[in-house]
Amino acid sequence: MLEVKSLDVAYGEIRALKGVELEVGRGEIVTILGNNGAGKTTTLKTISGLLHPTRGTITLEAEPLVGVPPHAIVSRGVAHVPEGRHIFNRLTVRENLTMGAYLRSDTGIATDLERVFALFPRLAERITQVAGTLSGGEQQMLAIGRALMANPRLLLLDEPSMGLAPVLVEQIFDTISDINRQGMTILLVEQNAAMALSIAHRGYVLETGSIALTGTAAELADNPEVRRAYLGE
Amino acid sequence: MCMDVALLVRIFPEVLLDGIILGFMYALIALGYTMVYGVLEFINFAHSEIFIVGAFVGVEILLGLKSVGLLDGLPWPIVLVLVLIAGMAASGLLAVTVERIAYRPLRNAPRLIPLISAIGISFFLQDLIRLVESLWRNAFNMVYPTIDVLNLRFELTETLDVSVKSLVVIVGAVLMLWALHLIVNRTKVGTAIRAVAEDQAAASLMGIDVNRIISLTFLIGGAMGGAAGVLFGVQYGLINPYSGFIPGLKAFTAAVLGGIGNIPGAMVGGLVLGLLEAFAASYLSLLTGGAFGAEYKDIFAFSVLILILIFRPKGLLGEVVRERA
Repeated sequence: MLEVKSLDVAYGEIRALKGVELEVGRGEIVTILGNNGAGKTTTLKTISGLLHPTRGTITLEAEPLVGVPPHAIVSRGVAHVPEGRHIFNRLTVRENLTMGAYLRSDTGIATDLERVFALFPRLAERITQVAGTLSGGEQQMLAIGRALMANPRLLLLDEPSMGLAPVLVEQIFDTISDINRQGMTILLVEQNAAMALSIAHRGYVLETGSIALTGTAAELADNPEVRRAYLGE
Repeated sequence: MCMDVALLVRIFPEVLLDGIILGFMYALIALGYTMVYGVLEFINFAHSEIFIVGAFVGVEILLGLKSVGLLDGLPWPIVLVLVLIAGMAASGLLAVTVERIAYRPLRNAPRLIPLISAIGISFFLQDLIRLVESLWRNAFNMVYPTIDVLNLRFELTETLDVSVKSLVVIVGAVLMLWALHLIVNRTKVGTAIRAVAEDQAAASLMGIDVNRIISLTFLIGGAMGGAAGVLFGVQYGLINPYSGFIPGLKAFTAAVLGGIGNIPGAMVGGLVLGLLEAFAASYLSLLTGGAFGAEYKDIFAFSVLILILIFRPKGLLGEVVRERA
């Protein structure tokens, strides 16, 4: 579904990504592991059009995405839940979800709203509340729910566990798994490698801007390098 | 002394009315500053000229109607609505054009650069209006043609009579502010404006075309300024290419007073400043026994402004905290 080939991204003089290659197949959860500054967020931001590569191609179902502005990439079916959630603090929960469906005028919006509330009942309870007053976990739910409202083909998730208590992390990852079982293709960037590998089908390890390792989630979880560097053994 | 108090009480309703009219005028203009600041964190110093262009388009249409004999031929509400729409359209489109030409190419430049560009546009527009009017009319001081009905006055109380035009200005401004409130708070596109104001990158990830929303913000802010321009002309009658400057500066002050970037704040700030100014103009000399005359009204109004900002640096309604991670 998504193919990234020999992707280079630079911030001024600093090369953040060097020849990144990755693929996400329909229906998969693929995770990108790596330390701070390895280029995980940069990869997602480049896919969703917030950053422009200096070289390489990104295609979604064979359609090129490089050079397409972010808002048009959303219309191609990519929804990005950014690192740090970036919900609209001053808008209500309902308005945030409406913004998720900004490009849509189809009749499925109401159904998708029900679906989001089924996944995150807490959001239904807080529908009229201003989003800035939500707890961290609720904000993450809202960020994911908002992305689902775009009815995407591919969901990009950046650090959904960030700043959340372990119980909440588990809850969020269960939900991500559920969303995937309902047919969503997911590219997941995560520092919490154990959590990520527990729900992913395949993974990539990104080290200083390049793919160092790739394999199925089980292979990566068994790899001594991965165990030492990312699973804290 | 007793006489003074009686006089103060007697003129109170009239001064209040003047302050409200002035305040609504400032509020309408202030919206242009505050909405643009909301999405771009940038002060559009050319907004005072965008405002006065509305007044000039208004006067040209009225003179045009007059020259073909329609000014008294058409019912006056239709004339007014026509002039308002024309002024709003002209100022709105001008604001969009200015953004496209003079601000957007500088979007990623250091913050001072677009500010200088805005000041440049401000001078450019002043002299452009002057040039066009000088060529076209051989004069650039323009007088709004009178529509007789608008000067009718009727007595509300013994001490207060109101002209139709004052009512028109107040009703027009209230309708405009109400419409803006509905657009910003009750429509999807208005929600998108607020989303872009809060977080442009996140807004673009929702599929919002940020540049289009910025253009729309200039269109709406410019149109409000244009409406204010027409109402200004109707109310005060005399305009020249430079008469946008002072009201613009005061409206900007009102926007800061209310909390820059905050739409209800602009409305409140405009009204507060208008009232302060009207009361200072009428009461200063009475209260100080003539030591300070009406000419001190701006000093008084701005002193209060400085005091408010010392104690509430974010403005009256400026609870807005920008969270940019």
